[in-house]
Amino acid sequence: MVIRKAPDIRYSEVTPKALYVRRREFIQAAAVAAAGAAAALSPVGGGRVHAQGGGVKLPNLRKSQFSTTEKLNSYEDVTGYNNFYEFGTDKDDPKRNANRLVPRPWTIRVEGLVKTPATYDIDSLVKPYALEERIYRLRCVEAWSMVIPWIGFPLADLVKRLEPLPSARFIEFTTLADLKQMPGIRVPVLDWPYVEGLRLDEAMHPLAILAVGLYGEVLPNQNGAPIRLVVPWKYGFKGIKSIVRIRFTDTQPRTSWPVANAREYGFYSNVNPTVDHPRWSQATERRLGEFFRRKTLMFNGYGDQVAQLYAGMDLRRNY
Amino acid sequence: MTRFGLFRWSVLAAALTPAASLVYWTFTGDLTANPVDFITDTTGTTALSLLVFTLTVTPLRRVTSRNELIRLRRMLGLLAFFYACLHMLTWIVLDWFFDVASMAADVTERPYIMMGMATFLLLVPLAATSTTAMIRRLGRRWQPLHRLVYVAAATAVIHFWWVVKADFRQPRLWAVALCVLFGFRVWWVLQAHAPARA
Ligand code: HEM
Repeated sequence: MVIRKAPDIRYSEVTPKALYVRRREFIQAAAVAAAGAAAALSPVGGGRVHAQGGGVKLPNLRKSQFSTTEKLNSYEDVTGYNNFYEFGTDKDDPKRNANRLVPRPWTIRVEGLVKTPATYDIDSLVKPYALEERIYRLRCVEAWSMVIPWIGFPLADLVKRLEPLPSARFIEFTTLADLKQMPGIRVPVLDWPYVEGLRLDEAMHPLAILAVGLYGEVLPNQNGAPIRLVVPWKYGFKGIKSIVRIRFTDTQPRTSWPVANAREYGFYSNVNPTVDHPRWSQATERRLGEFFRRKTLMFNGYGDQVAQLYAGMDLRRNY
Repeated sequence: MTRFGLFRWSVLAAALTPAASLVYWTFTGDLTANPVDFITDTTGTTALSLLVFTLTVTPLRRVTSRNELIRLRRMLGLLAFFYACLHMLTWIVLDWFFDVASMAADVTERPYIMMGMATFLLLVPLAATSTTAMIRRLGRRWQPLHRLVYVAAATAVIHFWWVVKADFRQPRLWAVALCVLFGFRVWWVLQAHAPARA
């Protein structure tokens, strides 16, 4: 008797359904009530809006030993409270504006110190990998955190396939910067395009993944569709979204936040409760959905796995 | 009711709308994924707006020659203080839940918290001396004391500036507004002291 195994459905076989625009369902009460000059008094925010993109199931996901068993944050929280400044600096701006992002067709340019620089179509790039679910803690540099069930594959698998040259020591990622799709880049809040990077040994660590989905579905635009980085032991901003370029270098990439303010943000940006942000404490965090603050863990609780990457380094200086 | 009376009531209603919205959103579950942050930001922004609006009353009155506008000033100032209280209470109750040690560390180690606290402490004597009885009792000393409102507005803007990570558009806007309002005062003082033309 032949027992047929369910085929692993690859990422490329799943086409995101047509993206649609949904207006804010909820008009702010304040805006309605306060007329004329008084309207200036009303707060910005509140209200419900819908996730953009997403909604398409990614089947046959593998479980991972690296997943936490902690309580997940709701899909609403994960897709409605985002820092993605290309769509605006308020937390609900990405959800509101990311419908303008067109995640297909999408190409990623691979360049720098690599065997064959080339431009890849997203689907062909991701095709070889069986997707897994990784439930990770996400700790934002702003001292809040979530637990998110990402869908993705190890970054290391892609790096190996791209064959960086022996001289390559860093990997640099760049986000799309297209004014037509991203209204936020009209404002020079950061030096666009957004750039992030890792040391190559950090990139090869099994915890570092490229995510193409969350909550069992294709990645919503506001979370960085079609592909983003997730490095759970670092502050959230290291997880660069909507990647269009990967470059291998022998010098440390000039990443966006240190460029904006080197005193406040470093290249490494490992979660570290003992090194405060110059303006606020990093010792505690508010897990969204919880009332009391909780203690922030070294390397966001992934110290057993990643601490050896930084053996002998002064983490106060390399913040 | 006079037309101005109606106007005053509508200003009051508008000014109370953010607080009412917060209460409403509490029940509808629309305080965002991070309610503490949202309440802090809403009450802080409203306190600052009202503080700056308070400072626009006198210039508006001079420019429009509508003296009854002065009746808005105390109301706006007290509303600013009301939101400053809500803002601070949010910090004490929702953010730290009376964790005195952490709050003390926050105030002493975080310049932006220090600046917020300074703003609040500056507003306390102003609110306390806002009653008609206190205005009478203080007599000529009342006005110099209440010029502190400028210092409070300035420290509030600095506080806001130090809160922000990268998008400085809002605090910059408030800083410009304050400079303009302060410029008015300086201009008038200079005018008043200008030597009379022969
Ligand atoms: C005891 C005094 C105060 C404390 C402890 C305090 C604390 C805070 C905190 C924790 C934040 C939020 C930071 C964040 O979002 O991460 C904030 C924001 C803010 N506060 Fe205060 N504050 C105080 C007084 C004031 C006063 C008196 C005003 C105005 C009159 C004010 C205006 C603001 C504004 C405008 C913001 C920014 C809101 C935004 O980001 O949209 N604060 N304050």
